Amino acid sequence: MGFLASVGAWLVDPRHWSGSDGIPTRVGEHALISVVIVVLACIIALPLGVGLGHIRKASFLTISIANVGRALPSLAMLALVLPLAFALGLGLGFWPTVMALVPLGIPPVLTNSFVGVKEVEADVVDAARGMGMSGWQILRQVELPIAAPLVMAGIRNSAVATVATATLGAVVASGGLGRYIVDGLATQDYDKLFVGALLVALMAIGTELGFAALERRMTRAGGERSELLRVS
Amino acid sequence: MSPGDPFIRWDWVASHLGDIWLRLEQHLVLTGLAIGIGLAISLVAGIWSSRWPWLYAPVTWVSGVLYTIPSLALFALLIPITGLSIVTAEIGLVSYTLLILIRNIVAGIRSVPPEVRDAALGMGCTRRQLLWRVELPLARPVILAGLRVATVTTVGLTTVTALIGQGGLGYFILDGIQRFFSTVLVVGAGLSVLLAMAADGLLVLVEWWTTPWAHRRRG
Repeated sequence: MGFLASVGAWLVDPRHWSGSDGIPTRVGEHALISVVIVVLACIIALPLGVGLGHIRKASFLTISIANVGRALPSLAMLALVLPLAFALGLGLGFWPTVMALVPLGIPPVLTNSFVGVKEVEADVVDAARGMGMSGWQILRQVELPIAAPLVMAGIRNSAVATVATATLGAVVASGGLGRYIVDGLATQDYDKLFVGALLVALMAIGTELGFAALERRMTRAGGERSELLRVS
Repeated sequence: MSPGDPFIRWDWVASHLGDIWLRLEQHLVLTGLAIGIGLAISLVAGIWSSRWPWLYAPVTWVSGVLYTIPSLALFALLIPITGLSIVTAEIGLVSYTLLILIRNIVAGIRSVPPEVRDAALGMGCTRRQLLWRVELPLARPVILAGLRVATVTTVGLTTVTALIGQGGLGYFILDGIQRFFSTVLVVGAGLSVLLAMAADGLLVLVEWWTTPWAHRRRG
């Protein structure tokens, strides 16, 4: 039997579609941990990036954080967090993975929200101020809508990277699709390995395409709104 | 990581210097090969896509898909074909350099002002001379910026290849996780971060040396 045929047979085997090591469970775990990581990264990075962008300060700090984030390899992060998670009594699996990957999810969101808000043209901000808007109103009604596409692109980069690196969580006994790859490697079950890899790849590409579609819709809506503003 | 065990046992480090050096060397070879091959492929793809613009969209699409596929998944997908070998590791690592490098090479070449190009052609440059003596030198800062990102990323990704039996410093990381031994862990992770920073610093210096016009004005 050819390799692809045996992968196909593995994929349609009903035993692989139920239970704690079934495909739906693993996909669900992968999605859950990715969402938790991206949401936590956004909760930290968005207010910080948008706030610093609004007051137009700390460029050096934010850019440095982004560069350091890029230099930190995900596997090294997981490894370094492990002793800390142990000391805190969080054990293996989910929490060490979250702790390791949130810092890696922060830089794209932070840089993009910072740059997006900071680079809003000074003329536009001046005009808004001249119209009597408060700082808060300028942020909410002018800077954020203009920065939205860039902010979204940052969240997209962060999300795609997170879906990818969440796979590595399996090395520290986390669930998700990485389990198929790590377990497949350990037991030389190459069908399992291949299916895991395929599903992770599809999830990452799906995340990228999903966010791209969302961004297109948002910018179109934004474009229409600014058209209206110009007319009225 | 049992209680009472120090975070780093320096005596282990002292007695394993040979081992550490070996893995560091492996790491350098794996990363260097990937960057070298990636740069060669990207130069060809980048030069072609700036000469024939219709090529750029499919080239970025392919390298974009390769870039989006998680590293571990790509390695795993290759195992049935190329096995647990350095070839698998290199195909994966090279794939990740392509998008960043090609994008920057094309952006760099495109940023050459048309009047500069006209002047070169007017002076009788052939297309090849135009490329090697005018376009690529002027594009160098943008290409080097891409090379920095690609290098830093690849140094980190190389650790992941430990899972398919390669990995250089990644070997220590996996070993540390499996044995719950924080010293090895810290040595592997710490050295790979230091290596990434050192490589980045080296490329900054290269950028400085090869683009004298960028900082001569200030002096």
